[in-house]
Amino acid sequence: MKIRYFAWLRERLNRGEEEVDPPAEVKTVGDLMTWLGNRDEAIALAFEKRRIIRAAIDAEMVTHDAPLAGASVVAFFPPMTGG
Amino acid sequence: MTVRVEVAAFDPGGETNAFIARAAGAGAVVTFTGLVRSLPGELVSTLTLDCYPELAVKQLERIAEQAIARFALLDAGLIHRYGALAAGEPIVQVMTLAAHRQAAFEAAEYLMDYLKTDAPFWKKELSADGTEHWVDAKAEDDAARARWE
Repeated sequence: MKIRYFAWLRERLNRGEEEVDPPAEVKTVGDLMTWLGNRDEAIALAFEKRRIIRAAIDAEMVTHDAPLAGASVVAFFPPMTGG
Repeated sequence: MTVRVEVAAFDPGGETNAFIARAAGAGAVVTFTGLVRSLPGELVSTLTLDCYPELAVKQLERIAEQAIARFALLDAGLIHRYGALAAGEPIVQVMTLAAHRQAAFEAAEYLMDYLKTDAPFWKKELSADGTEHWVDAKAEDDAARARWE
């Protein structure tokens, strides 16, 4: 599974993407956030204000309770500031 | 419907004319162009926009489809740039085509309000003194979007 990071998440983590292989018990986007944070303190810190972090699975916006089944790219990013 | 997410600069007038050229029978076209601001006391020298292009195209298409249905538009166009932009350059353009002006005006506001909160772009400002920072999401942008719900 590929993870992508954008904006200040990408800068704080020093990478735009990474390949991960989470275990079967990681079932939702929220589970994945917890699992990523447990392996990497920088991610845990970046996800500290968890509610503001937005997520997308395969370029579709999802909520943190969305199932990961079949996901190939999961993206995390802060609230949008375009326009 | 035209949706483009791109790095290259666009010509606001040329885009408007091309949009109008497809406007068979419509009575009203509204266009809005957002520029990189550079006001006294707000010395932004460069703006860099991060973007998730695949998601941005999908979100902008969805927003345009919603606007077309809600305001009975004949057409809608959205162009949004990303990458490094200098002061005064266009960032975004929305264009709406309707039978009458009220729908065209309202739809242009609707498109901008939704685009600001729902399209995956993130602004980083580089100030004249060399400091840079990511722009925070604004509560008033959420409020502007909420008025359409």
